[in-house]
Parts: sequence; C-alpha cells; structure tokens
Amino acid sequence: MGSRASSLLREEDIEEIKKETGFSHSQITRLYSRFHSLDKGENGALSREDFQRIPELAINPLGDRIINAFFPEGEDQVNFRGFMRTLAHFRPVEDNEKNKDPSAGEPLNSRNNKLLFAFRLYDLDRDDKISRDELLQVLRMMVGVNISDEQLGSIADRTIQEADTNGDMCISFSEFIKVLEKVDVEQKMSIRFLH
Amino acid sequence: MLRVVGLWGEVSAEDHEDGGASHHGGGYKIVQWEWSYVQTPYIIAIWLLVASVAKILFHFSQRFTTVVPESCVLILLGLVLGAVVLIANKKQLYQLDPGLFFLFLLPTIVGDAGYFMPSRLFFDNLGAILMYAVVGTLWNAFCTGFCLYGVKLAGVIDDKVQAGLMEFLLFGALISAVDPVAVLAVFEEVHVNEMLFIIVFGESLLNDAVTVVLYKVYISFVEVGPGNVQTADYFKGVASFLVVSIGGTMVGLIFAVILAFITRFTKKVRIIEPLFIFLLVYLAYLTAELFSLSAILSMTFCGIGCNKYVEANISQKSRTTVKYTMKTLASIAETIIFIFLGISAVDKSKWAWDTGLIACTLIFIFVFRAMGVVGQTWILNKFRLVPLEKIDQVVMSYGGLRGAVAFALVVLLDGEQVKAKDYFVATTIVVVFFTVMFQGLTIKPLVKWLKVPRSTNRKPTINEEIHERAFDHILAAIEDIAGLNGYHHWRDKWEQFDKNYLSKLLLRKSVYHKSELWEAYQKINIRDAISVIDQGGNILTSARLSLPSMASRTSFPEVTNVTNYLRENGSGVCLDLQVIDTNPGAKVEEETETHHVLAGNLYKPRRRYQSHYSRHFMTVGDQERQEREVFQRNMRNRLESFKSTHYKRHKKDRSQKKARAQLHLSQLLLLLTSRVKPTNTQLRLGMTQAELVLKREGCSEENKGERSEPDKDEDVGITFVARKGSETPKERPKSVPAALEVCQSPSVAPPSPTCGEKNLPWKGGIGTLPPCVSVEATKIIPIDLQQAWNQSISSLESLASPPVPQEPQHPRVSFQFPGGKEEEEESALSQQQQEMQPLMPSLRPPPPPPSGWCVGKLKLCSLMGL
Repeated sequence: MGSRASSLLREEDIEEIKKETGFSHSQITRLYSRFHSLDKGENGALSREDFQRIPELAINPLGDRIINAFFPEGEDQVNFRGFMRTLAHFRPVEDNEKNKDPSAGEPLNSRNNKLLFAFRLYDLDRDDKISRDELLQVLRMMVGVNISDEQLGSIADRTIQEADTNGDMCISFSEFIKVLEKVDVEQKMSIRFLH
Repeated sequence: MLRVVGLWGEVSAEDHEDGGASHHGGGYKIVQWEWSYVQTPYIIAIWLLVASVAKILFHFSQRFTTVVPESCVLILLGLVLGAVVLIANKKQLYQLDPGLFFLFLLPTIVGDAGYFMPSRLFFDNLGAILMYAVVGTLWNAFCTGFCLYGVKLAGVIDDKVQAGLMEFLLFGALISAVDPVAVLAVFEEVHVNEMLFIIVFGESLLNDAVTVVLYKVYISFVEVGPGNVQTADYFKGVASFLVVSIGGTMVGLIFAVILAFITRFTKKVRIIEPLFIFLLVYLAYLTAELFSLSAILSMTFCGIGCNKYVEANISQKSRTTVKYTMKTLASIAETIIFIFLGISAVDKSKWAWDTGLIACTLIFIFVFRAMGVVGQTWILNKFRLVPLEKIDQVVMSYGGLRGAVAFALVVLLDGEQVKAKDYFVATTIVVVFFTVMFQGLTIKPLVKWLKVPRSTNRKPTINEEIHERAFDHILAAIEDIAGLNGYHHWRDKWEQFDKNYLSKLLLRKSVYHKSELWEAYQKINIRDAISVIDQGGNILTSARLSLPSMASRTSFPEVTNVTNYLRENGSGVCLDLQVIDTNPGAKVEEETETHHVLAGNLYKPRRRYQSHYSRHFMTVGDQERQEREVFQRNMRNRLESFKSTHYKRHKKDRSQKKARAQLHLSQLLLLLTSRVKPTNTQLRLGMTQAELVLKREGCSEENKGERSEPDKDEDVGITFVARKGSETPKERPKSVPAALEVCQSPSVAPPSPTCGEKNLPWKGGIGTLPPCVSVEATKIIPIDLQQAWNQSISSLESLASPPVPQEPQHPRVSFQFPGGKEEEEESALSQQQQEMQPLMPSLRPPPPPPSGWCVGKLKLCSLMGL
C-alpha cells in the first residue's frame, strides 16, 4: 500500500514539501500513505469527516479543535501540502536547525509556531486574543462535567489575570508566549515522526 | 533480597555475656542497673541520636555544606567513630549488617524514593532508564568481571587473591550496579536537571533486578564449580531474570492496588491512614523478598503505582504525615548507612589489601561505565525526542556511584566458597569510598564547570497547568492523525483506561468526581495563601520593634514558630514544593484567591457565632434587617451557650486558658497584619478575625465533633486537612493552626465572583473597580488602617476598665462566600453585601465615625489588652 500510495506522489512535490516542512523523504512518503489511507473519498484531499473517522480523535477532548486547525480558514478540504504543513509544527527542533541562518524564514516547527498552533486552538474567532469565553470553552472540553461552571469560571478568571498584562481581560498571543516562556515548548509540543 | 543475618548480632552476643548478672542480685535495691534489659533499643537509640546530632552539627556551617556533600562527612565521621571503638575495644563491634541493611535501612530509602517518584518524568524516560539499568548493568558486570580475570591472568593481581573467572564475574556483578542510596545522597545536593536525575536515579533503582539475578546465578555457579555449569543453567539465568524483574514489578503493583483500594475506606479512621501506606509499601518489599524477587523493584513500583490514588484518597494531614515520616526515616537510614560504612571500614580483620585488584577495579568500573553510557546513549538518541547531550553523558558516567548495596552484598559472600572474599570486601570499600567521596565531592564543581542545566525549583502556574494539558491532548491527537502509535498515543490510552476503570475502582467517589485541573487550581491557590501568610509572619519581626507594648504580652518565638510551621507545612501541600516562593506580580489576584479559599472555609464559625461578635457593635449600625437578624442569632446563641456551659463546665477552665494563649497569638497576627500593604491587610485582618472566631468557638462551645476536644488541639504538629470542605463539612478545626489550616483546605464551594466581591476593595487592583470604590479609595487604605491602628493602640494603653465584651466582637466576620453546598446562598450573599457597606465609608478620605473596621479592631485590641 505504501508503495502504491507514494507512487502517486511526484518527486518534485516531495522536494517542495521537504523544503517547506523539513521532513525527510521517507517521512513524507510514510505520511503520504497515511494521508492516502485517511482519504476515503480518494480525491487527494481530506475532509472533516475523514478526520472524524479516526476513532481516537473521537475521545480526544480537543479533537474537533485540532481537526479544525488543519483546515485553512473558510475551507473544508485540506490537501497533502496543507496536511504536512500542519504536522510540521510538531517536528522536534533539531540541533542543526537551531543555528540556521535566520534569513531563511522561521521554520514551521519553531517555538513561536508551535505556540501559535496551540494559541489558535483557543482563539476561535481569530482575533488574536483569547477571551474569557474562549478559554472557558476549551476548559470545559478538557475537564468534563464534574466541575461546576463557577469553579471553571474562577479558574478561567485566574488564568486570564495571571497572563494578562495590559488589562484587557484577554490573553493576546504575546501574553501567551510570555506566560509560557519557562515551559520547554520545543519538547512538549513535539512528537517523534518515524524515519 | 537476600538471606537474613542475625540483626544486631554483636549486640545480642554481648547481651548474653553479662545478662542476668544484674538481675536478682539479692535483697531489694532501690535503684537497679537494668542495662541488659534495655541494651538493644538503647544502643539503637543512641546510634540514631549520634547520627542526627551529626547532621545538625554538619549543617551549622553553610559554606561547608555547599562544598562537601553530606555523605562524605558522614563516612568520615563513621571512620572516626570506628577508630574510637576500635581503640577502646581492640575489636570492631559494629559494622553495616547486611540483614539490617536489606530489611530495614534500604526499604526506608527505596520506599521514600518510590512513593515520591515524579511518575510523569519517570515514565517519560522509562525507555532510557530501562536501557541503562538492564543493558548498562549487564555490560558493566561482564566487562569488569572478564577484564579483572584477564588482568589476573596477566599477573597484575597478586596470586594471594584466589579467584577464578566465576569469582571475578561475581565480583563484577556486585560492584557494577549503581547504588540508589549513594546516587540520591549525592545528586540531591547537586541539583542537576530533572531528566538527568531521573535517568541516573531510575537506573540505580531498576538495576536491582539485574544485580540480584547475576549475584545469585554466579553464587550458584561458584558453588557447583565452573566446570559443572551446563548450558541449561544459562537459560535458567535468563528466565530467572525475567521472573525476578517482572515478578517483582507485579508484586509491587498488586500491593499498590490493594493499598489504594484500602485507602478508599479510611474516611472514619483517618488517624491510621499513614500506617496503611507504610505497612503495605513495606509488605510489598518483604513479599518480593519472600519469593526472592527483586524487592527494590517491587517497592518502587508499589510507590509509583499507588501514589496518585492514595494521595487523592487520604486527608491532607495524613499526606503531610506520610511525607514527613518517610523523609525522616529515609534521611536517618541514609545517615546510618553512611556512618556504618565508615565504621565498617575500620576493621582490620576483614581487610585484605591488594593494590593491583583495587586499582584495576577502579579503572575498569570507571572506563566501562563511560563506554557503556556513550554507547547506549548513541543508540538511545536515535529514538529519543530529546537527545542526551555530551554533557549529560559525562555527568551520567561520572554519576555512576557505588554504595552500600555493593558493600552489603560483598559482606554476604560466603568466605568458604569465595576464597578471595576479604580482598573483595576491601576493594568494595575502597570503590565505595572513592565514588562517594571523590566523585561525590567533585561532581558539583564538574556540573558547574560543564554548565549542566540545573533544575529550577519552580512551580507551575495555572496557565502552565492548563496549557500543558492542552499540549498533551494536541500531541495525542497529532499522533493519531499521523498514524503513529507513539508514546503519547499510549499515554492517552492509559489515561483513558485509568479514568474509566482504575480510578473508578481505587478512588473515593467524592475524589473521583473532582477534576484534576480543579485540584491543580486549588493547589496553586493554597500555595498562594500560604505565601501570603508566610509573608505576614515575616513582617511580624519588624512589627516587634515598633510595638513594644505588645511584646510584653506575647512571646515572639512562639509566633515565629507559627511562621516556621507554615513554611514547613507549605511544603507538605504540594509534593514538589520545597520552598514557598512568591510571585509579586500576581500578588493582588493571588490574594483574592486566598481570600476565596479563606472565605469558603471560614463560613461555619461565622454563621454560628456572628452574633457574639456583632452584639456590641451592630447596634451602632443602622440597618434594620441586619439588626433583626443579629438579634435572632444572638438569642439562639445565648441559649446554646447556656446549654453548653452547663454541659461542659468541667472543661471550661482548661479551654479558657488555651483560648487566652491563642488570643495572644492572634493578637500578634493582627498586629502584624495591620502593617502590611493595603491589599494584604484586609485579607489578613479577615483571617485574624476568623481565627478569633474559631478560637472562641473552640474554647467555649460544644464539642460535638470528634476533632474538637481540647486535647486534640494539641496534636496539631502537622495540620492541614484535605478536602475538609467536601468530606467533612461539619467539622471545623479549632485552634490557631487550625485557623491557618482553613486556608489549606479547598473551599467547599467555588469561590464565585459575587456582588460582594466586586465591592471588595482589593478586588479593585485587578481591573474590576466597582463604581463605589475609587482608585483613591484603595490607596487610602493604609493610612486609614494606620489610623485605626493608632486608635486601637491608644485604646489598648489607656484602657483600664474591664473589658465589656467577653468575646471579641466584630462585624466583619463575614468573609464568606455563597457556595453550591451551602443552602443559604442567597441570604449569605445579601448579608455579605450589607456587611460590605460599613467597610465602604471607611475607605473614603475623611473616615466617618467609627466604621466597621475600626471599631471592630478597637474591640479586638481592647479585649486582647486584658
């Protein structure tokens, strides 16, 4: 299956994806076969339903939000390039990448981009701010039903107060970065893709 | 792990010599010398005392402690003591007895280590730990053994060392294992980063199975003779390894489940909760030993496995007790081990020195350790998300310390079968001393020099708690999408399983329905609360100078004790807490939260006794509704107290005395609080008042609760009751520490932002300024309070007349928030709003005639002045 799937992928596409995402050739072909197996419609793009068919995502409290993150705004199809671009956020930061020349632009798996991915999960309306309501929604997803609205509200309040520096009662992206500056995001937002 | 050797053998031998002589000496003696009767426990106690005092003395010098690890000093002390005993007795009486070591000293250390193992970190690095523990130890054992044999053939080692290949392999097996005791002792002072520590420490614990099996296999090989070993025996060895390691782990996990299950039902017998933990964890060790499985593995996994459930089930008091007892035992066991290692070294009868053997062993263990680490890391880094850097490898190689386990094992060897035992013993002692003392001494400068990332003693903020949870979910989802069955995938699976089955089985219902996030949030709040109080304690010392009038009344040391007490208990709240740090930036909201915690918990006493406090004051107030309410409460209370005075008359004297003492304390607290910056002040005042309430309650009223007897108040050495609110809402601790305890226990109800809260002035700092309180008003507070303070001082000094109020009266006892579990949510809320009213005017620049705050304080102080 893997070989059949990868044969659908043209070499120049692979090269481009490699350049953009930093994945290795074998990783790309491996992920392409995964992409292909998810693609039930066989139209070279994934729909939300394709993602929702993954059983584990159904029980993941943030599953829907994460699926959403794969889709560019306003679209409900994602092609392999977009799929890889999103996954590339979670590539571990390698040593030789740390001191690459900055002119090449920020790689997708940089600390900032990792954080931005997480930030976007909260920021539903894409106004670059996490409001109390947005935070509450995510918290509600994560804690389940055992916790009362009031409790959750006080957690949200405190979270915002802790992060908020300019007093607008929202968490902006810069505040988000600031509040997580001591966290090893590079490690905690990376997974190991098989070679 | 191994066979039991007579405990305190030397001691009991002596016992028989002079036993009986002192008994029945004829005629009646007024004073009898009963040495033989008390000898054994007496000597044990004396040794413990010596060890503990040595620790105290050692820690006198700060600079010294930062340079020299404690273990070195203890070994040196042991050497000196050993020399003294040797000179006095001509023969060594004491040594590190393997039976004592394996049955008592080692379990206390391993139990502590296992129970408090940071499990997430441990499992994150489990692959590396297992690799180093199994492959690394095997590699070390074989290489050291074979090379020593080779060197022996080459003639470097003296011919007097009668040992063949099997003996050297045996020696290699016992000398190659990294020792948990030594690693803990040294690494705890070095503070390398957590990952490095957990890898080295985890290895030292998990390699036990390998060591045990190798040791036993070789001993049996030595017994039958190398020529008679059949191929099947090697396979038996491998099988034995699997049985010993997996069996040990299983035994540990089974006991973990039993223990967690038992603690589900200890609600009524809180007092023996810690005992269950000690017993079952220890039983896990003994059971594994009974079936000659790996006892260390068993105990470690029992601790790791049960921790989550047990900690959630037991009360906060029990948690603190467990923590302190375990740490105390482990610390003293460690001390004794090192002292006895030193003493054991001063024993000529056991020594047989061979420079060649010792030098070769030292070189080999060091070289092979380094080679093993580098080789394994190379392989591991292919699979690890976070590669281990070169610096890490250096520290890991250098941190391969050998210790008491090796020594105990070598002492256990049978001198008949292993002819070179004396040489091995001497070599082991030298190796242990070299690694613990030389490497232990130099590892700190090395770590500094290499700039190894140190561990940060930082607690997660609520943001980090939340977002890191989100990260975990994200990673699990991404792995699922990418079709990788990676670590996060399995962790997610495990968490699902845990949530759906294990937690349901092992957690109390009340606990099970709590959210982890909420728990984390509570923990952070509690921490903040403690830091607030703790700061208050510090301010006290400055208040001391400016308020000499108070100094005569109360003993300051007492209060500093309270501070210490708080600080110590602060570490008991959260496991990874050692120091209470403060976050000045977030001070204001922290205080709000603290306030919430307090408010939620201080509800009870206030409801019952509010009338006492408001009797003399509320009449000044002009709100009819309130008056009516107060009147009703008053009447009810008078009736009640009338009843209870009859009922409890005999107890009254004592409790009043206590109450007085407690009042002094709280008076001090009040003192100190009034000097604090505005936002803190009111909160603390509230606290102090609350304490008073509590105390009054404790001393004058019915003691229905099992906990409220005056005697029980004294056992508050370590108090903090977990989940009091939810599980035993009826009980309220009633003493000074108890009052503080209140801030420990999570609030009964969610401290929701209420109207009253919006009116609270300190809420103003966070951007929700209520219309009625201006920013100026909040600024005024200190001055205002200063005035109030001065007034109360003057009233104190001038007050010659007897106190009108028998009980401290105060209107502001109402730091209370409506909560889901309290039925009177509505009424409480409205009350609160009303009670906020008197506060408001007092904040305005020209303070109107005695506001609630001032008068209350006056009354309080006047009461205390008496």
